[in-house]
Amino acid sequence: MSTDTTYLSMDLLRFTTAGSVDDGKSTLIGRLLYDSKAIFEDQLDAIEKATEQRGEDHLNLSLLTDGLRAEREQGITIDVAYRYFATPRRKFIIADTPGHVQYTRNMVTGASTANLAIVLVDARKGVIEQTCRHSFIASLLRIPHVVLCVNKMDLVDWSEERFNQIVAQYTEFASRLDIPDIKFIPISALHGDNVVDKSANMPWYQGSSLLYTLETVYIGSDYNHVDPRFPVQTVIRPNSNAHHDFRGFAGRIAGGVFKPGDEVIALPSGYRSHIKSIHGPDGDLAEAFAPMSVAITLADEIDLSRGDLLAKVNNQPEVNQTVEAMICWFAEKPLQTNGKYLIRHTTREAKCAIKTLRYKVNINTLHKEADAVTLGMNDIGRIQLRSSVPLVFDPYRRNRSTGSFILIDEFSHATVGAGMILWPEHPDAPVETFADMGGL
Amino acid sequence: MSSYNLTHLAQLEHEAIFIMREVAAQFERPALLFSGGKDSIVMVRLAQKAFAPAKIPFPLVHVDTGHNFPETIAFRDELVAANGSRLIVRHVEDSIKAGRAQEEKGPNPSRNALQTVTLLDAIEEFKFDACLGGARRDEEKARAKERFFSHRDEFGQWDPKNQRPELWNLFNGRKHTGEHFRVFPLSNWTEMDVWQYIAREQLTIPTIYFTHEREIVNRGGVLLANTPFITLMEGEKFEWKQVRFRTVGDATCTGAVESSAASLAEIIQEVASARVTERGARADDKRSETAMEDRKKAGYF
Ligand SMILES: Nc1nc2c(ncn2[C@@H]2O[C@H](COP(=O)(O)OP(=O)(O)O)[C@@H](O)[C@H]2O)c(=O)[nH]1
Repeated sequence: MSTDTTYLSMDLLRFTTAGSVDDGKSTLIGRLLYDSKAIFEDQLDAIEKATEQRGEDHLNLSLLTDGLRAEREQGITIDVAYRYFATPRRKFIIADTPGHVQYTRNMVTGASTANLAIVLVDARKGVIEQTCRHSFIASLLRIPHVVLCVNKMDLVDWSEERFNQIVAQYTEFASRLDIPDIKFIPISALHGDNVVDKSANMPWYQGSSLLYTLETVYIGSDYNHVDPRFPVQTVIRPNSNAHHDFRGFAGRIAGGVFKPGDEVIALPSGYRSHIKSIHGPDGDLAEAFAPMSVAITLADEIDLSRGDLLAKVNNQPEVNQTVEAMICWFAEKPLQTNGKYLIRHTTREAKCAIKTLRYKVNINTLHKEADAVTLGMNDIGRIQLRSSVPLVFDPYRRNRSTGSFILIDEFSHATVGAGMILWPEHPDAPVETFADMGGL
Repeated sequence: MSSYNLTHLAQLEHEAIFIMREVAAQFERPALLFSGGKDSIVMVRLAQKAFAPAKIPFPLVHVDTGHNFPETIAFRDELVAANGSRLIVRHVEDSIKAGRAQEEKGPNPSRNALQTVTLLDAIEEFKFDACLGGARRDEEKARAKERFFSHRDEFGQWDPKNQRPELWNLFNGRKHTGEHFRVFPLSNWTEMDVWQYIAREQLTIPTIYFTHEREIVNRGGVLLANTPFITLMEGEKFEWKQVRFRTVGDATCTGAVESSAASLAEIIQEVASARVTERGARADDKRSETAMEDRKKAGYF
């Protein structure tokens, strides 16, 4: 009997995949899942049957990743699908997002929680408009790691020269973005070269295979461990004699490190206290950091509830009712300037009004269109917004949790937009370069 | 690994706790759907951790098909007694008697689909506005795009084309009167993660998950247990086999697997080398490629 417990030291990587139609995304995901044994026989049987019914002759691995009937009937993927696989080192969550122009919102959704983005290009086509769009979104959403996979190397005779051309092309383009870590891997998803194992066909390639890269990329600093931030989610008060005075502020740490004894400040109220204890899922903790869910008790009875935020006295976030933000619009009904929406930011919900639309980003040319009067579905632009209560935030660039928000339609309750905070007022500080947009 | 890195199980645990607390904060009358299976046992443990030292602030709801393995019911009652939660049981049998649901015909009539009626009635009776469920995205294709906060209209239906995008840690639980949510804190867990967590937490689970001798019949590749609810078809016969279950549900359609796994470590090893999904062992999912999606649209778990 085995007592293998390596799983007790595995960690977790979330990644997205982007590529335009036919670049080989489904084939690549299918291969990763298959080679890591995440596809089961009954699933294979089902896609074999479905392939037959559709009258296709090769096994259509994309049927595995196209989930819903509506999509299968239309033959397109219209939503983010999540896939899972694991190796002995890591568990992986893939946010599989479609590459069509009209689905920017899905890419943004998938990117919001990702540590890493795989951007696929076809070796024959090189860097195209869609590659740039996908990379812009990765940069805008601040995915820390990008792996550019040059696929279909078998169709360019495994040419080192072609690979180097594409690397140069992409490096040139990416210098205008703000992506901290870019890696390049020549692969053939169809034949498996450099996907799991190093390819014998490309001895000139010195780097690691894709899977090995995914398993080893350093993600320990992807969360902010510098600025202590704790949005209060709910208050725990046991109505029992044993815990009569217990008042635990429950929430998920959004940044930095908290320890018992720390002096903390509640925002926006400004009340101060000290941390008495921190309760984690397995009992009391000597320290807590993002993204842990804990309950914090304080030395003093201060007024504190859902929507408020604890920070350290010597390291405080911004508190402001007005923010500048990049926003991606999700709804068919266009953004209304001067329109009222609900904003959900950390654990706070409030009313807000869109004050100004500064420009829209042309997602194909990446130019700013200052004369835009509205944002339609899948558009990205820069706005100024005013909330009915102060927001306690950091720029998104510094913290993806305290710098992000969603907008909700007051009447339909649909989620209509996703925003990334730039900075408070900074009224007319023009955003000149593309890097400013992509990197906020 | 840096000291500020969490293991995959810890990350999944912290995420699920966050979701449960979000439900407690955003909704007025949540409930936790409890089947007695391994996923709902994990859910109860996570709920305890999320609200400790207070009790779980919502009731456990069991929609009982009446087609149970006796072990699961005994197990359910012990678990509830041990943690002092409130348990609400509603029976599919009663929905049938009241004429609100109709028993399937055939040699192994399943009550899985009928559960929907009883569940929606319970939601209406208690005015639940959020039901926490233990479903995972890895279970079935139709679930790969399911949200953590899954919006249901006033008829309890799910519209796959009209789901709210979920970004970062921001969950939109806004709704109109009469609408409700299904919430799935284990969305990002796989079958393997669940077993590893059960082992890590040393959770007690019903004995039918471990190997035992049982009389079964092989029907179209699915090993069905001998229960009072099943009728043999021509040419079929029961035989004794060394089996265990990977899920517990309606006993008429929950398939067993031949296995000698007697401990959690052995189960983990077996799952690691399994070549069939756990739902692959369920007779009701075999009926059509989109069986699950159709049931979900109608308001199934
Ligand atoms: N020659 C070759 N063909 C590939 C490779 N990867 C994918 N393909 C083919 O390209 C076509 C599109 O692939 P698919 O995975 O469906 O692309 P998607 O639209 O990006 O998901 C299919 O016919 C694949 O067999 C590769 O590495 N080499």
